[in-house]
Amino acid sequence: MPKLNGGEIIIESLKKENVEVVFGYPGGAVINLYDALYNSDLKHYLGRHEQGVVHAADGYARSSGKVGVCIATSGPGGTNLVTGLANAQMDSVPLVAFTGQVSSSLIGKDAFQEADITGISLPITKHNFLVTDIKDLARTIKEAFYIARTGRPGPVLIDLAKDVTQAVTEFKYPDRVNLPGYRPTFEGHKLQINKAAKAINNASRPLLYVGGGAVISGAEKELREMVDKAKIPVTTTLMALGIYPEDQPLALEMLGMHGTQYANKATLETDILIAVGARFDDRVTGKLDEFAAQADIIQIDIDPAEIGKNIDVEIPIVGDVKTVLRELLPHIEAKKNGVWQQRIKELKENYPLKYEDDGSETIKPQYIMEEIDKYTNGDATIVTEVGQHQMWAAQFHKYKKPRQFITSGGLGTMGYGLPAAIGAQIGQPKEKVVLIAGDGSIQMNIQELGTAQTYNIPIKVIIFNNKYLGMVRQWQEIFFEKRYSSTKIPAPNFVKMGEAYGIWSKSVDKKSELDSALKEAMEHQGPAILDVHIPEEENVYPMVPAGAGLKDMIGG
Amino acid sequence: MTHILSVSVLNKPGVLTRIAGLFSRRNFNIESLNVGKTENPEISRMTIVVQGDEKVLEQVTKQLHKLINVLKITELDKNSIVERDLILIRVKCTRKQRSEIIQIADTFRAQIVDVAPDSLMIEATGTEDKLEALTELLRDFGIAEFVRTGIVALSRGQAAK
Ligand SMILES: Cc1cc2nc3c(=O)[nH]c(=O)nc-3n(C[C@H](O)[C@H](O)[C@H](O)COP(=O)(O)OP(=O)(O)OC[C@H]3O[C@@H](n4cnc5c(N)ncnc54)[C@H](O)[C@@H]3O)c2cc1C
Ligand SMILES: Cc1ncc(C[n+]2csc(CCOP(=O)(O)OP(=O)(O)O)c2C)c(N)n1
Repeated sequence: MPKLNGGEIIIESLKKENVEVVFGYPGGAVINLYDALYNSDLKHYLGRHEQGVVHAADGYARSSGKVGVCIATSGPGGTNLVTGLANAQMDSVPLVAFTGQVSSSLIGKDAFQEADITGISLPITKHNFLVTDIKDLARTIKEAFYIARTGRPGPVLIDLAKDVTQAVTEFKYPDRVNLPGYRPTFEGHKLQINKAAKAINNASRPLLYVGGGAVISGAEKELREMVDKAKIPVTTTLMALGIYPEDQPLALEMLGMHGTQYANKATLETDILIAVGARFDDRVTGKLDEFAAQADIIQIDIDPAEIGKNIDVEIPIVGDVKTVLRELLPHIEAKKNGVWQQRIKELKENYPLKYEDDGSETIKPQYIMEEIDKYTNGDATIVTEVGQHQMWAAQFHKYKKPRQFITSGGLGTMGYGLPAAIGAQIGQPKEKVVLIAGDGSIQMNIQELGTAQTYNIPIKVIIFNNKYLGMVRQWQEIFFEKRYSSTKIPAPNFVKMGEAYGIWSKSVDKKSELDSALKEAMEHQGPAILDVHIPEEENVYPMVPAGAGLKDMIGG
Repeated sequence: MTHILSVSVLNKPGVLTRIAGLFSRRNFNIESLNVGKTENPEISRMTIVVQGDEKVLEQVTKQLHKLINVLKITELDKNSIVERDLILIRVKCTRKQRSEIIQIADTFRAQIVDVAPDSLMIEATGTEDKLEALTELLRDFGIAEFVRTGIVALSRGQAAK
């Protein structure tokens, strides 16, 4: 058997896991690993900050459905990963993060660049490991990938004592894992399936509430079949936009705080709510005791801890969405459109998403989204930062496929978008990847423009420039009498900034110029930045004030 | 409501931190937590006493199950277990009070484990109720300090596996 050093073992193990791409940033504690990378055929993308690196791995994972891999050195390298790990944990994104650690003999001595990253990352990873013996290395990597991608996916961190990456041993990659404490459930309980089918068949106003779990599970076909067969209207969370095509008559698009009126109204009227890989987040439910108050709830989720966590559930089914839907489908009766479907049609006609446009040269943010939709014909991956622009991107663009909308939902991480767009493009080289960014958020990881330029990643960055931290400003306007405390934020000259990085950049502030500028940006061969000036005080509507019930929507 | 959970865990580094961290992060109320070796050197048993209603208990159990190194969780039924807690109490005591305190200790099958000119140290084991009754009686003399281990428990009659 060949003897390899720790760095080489990591590379060989990654190959066994079919990893093609890694994102990283070198340093002393991972220098052996980088030495092993030097001659390997793994493609390594050098970011400009470890936060950028981990978000890129996350964007890659979301767009490709594979496990994202990133590398950082000890101490500050590891601590710079923290936000990215928490972000991936909240949105159930499979990642394996390697961090360097000081040599095992120095651990605990406050050695140079020592930080207890397994301790720090404990509550924000699905699991983590510290490897201090080379004999444990290959097995640990095998377990890390298995844990990251199975069950409810999530980030797994492997902290590597520096001496482990130097030491030499025989390389043997285990065929199987032995994790007696970890056994995710995939198949639904037969009795529960039957109960659910009965409830659905007897319902007069059933509603599917579909979340990120359906995307993770790859259940778009089964979902489609279910809707076609039983004519059940579908609303999705922010995490599942596109899992069911939004141009269909029974598509209600997003529900929740900034969801459509018709989706939220449907939740008030439904008598059976079928939650499919969705976790009853407070941005979705608003006031809990008013949420779907008329309905019995069926919840399909792979994580038993999600069942009954926020809301009482009449028929829980623990299992994988795709598997459970397949089991459920034969028991579901075919139905024709009736009163409920007619009601859905009315709701959609009576309460459409809308915004005011005075016909002037002002560029409304909603209009930009519609134009992008028109230009790409819905055939693009939209990545976002966090704020108002994120909500407009969710609302005013029709998503038709899953994984077409990539956003930081659970943690709401400003600074996620730019690196995630880079990762998303690398994960889907043929897709058009468009980043919708706020002028505030993009400044949080703007250094990653360097990464986009170096590797010529052709992302299109559209900055919704309102010169405010708009989402917070909107709350201050509505709930704090326009006391705009620290939300006015001067933006740099984005065009000069882009050009400093060697990126095609342009600014527009007239509606009549938007079309051609957009076209230019989209058709540009490499990365492009379009800085679009929008009204400073535009608000996102409809809106459910935090803590209110969905019936108390304002605006729109 | 208090619940006693018996949790088998793989003896991996950090397993205690993971469990303690989970309780604080999820805002669960932990009354006591005990870890000890078991018949299998790779497995430790934790006895955790938690406060909360059935819903809280359900979340505690499910969240604990998500930890990769947690093997098995059993809620112990208070009626069919042997539960023990150990206490060390240092009671203030004058020469005159000594025999009275020793009598109290005897009644509770407790032992005097240290004698000093102005205090006695008592060791007692038993259920929580018993130890609380003992502490209550000794309070009149003045308790200088005490420490309790918290509950360890096993089901009667059958192995919890
Ligand atoms: C500014 C801002 C505003 C927001 N406003 C809204 C809003 O108006 N509406 C909205 O919907 N969201 C909104 N969000 C997002 C919100 O915070 C949550 O992230 C989101 O609602 C959670 O989506 P989800 O329920 O689909 O859960 P996810 O976080 O996607 O969780 C997935 C669920 O599926 C389960 N699962 C995973 N894999 C499987 C599988 N294979 N089989 C079965 N189950 C599986 C998981 O256990 C989990 O319960 C907003 C976020 C921000 C930052
Ligand atoms: C890292 C981080 N810090 C702070 C916040 C709070 N926050 C949420 S939205 C927002 C404003 C975002 O501004 P911008 O990116 O310009 O987008 P806009 O809302 O104007 O579209 C802020 C500060 C956050 N979500 N993330």
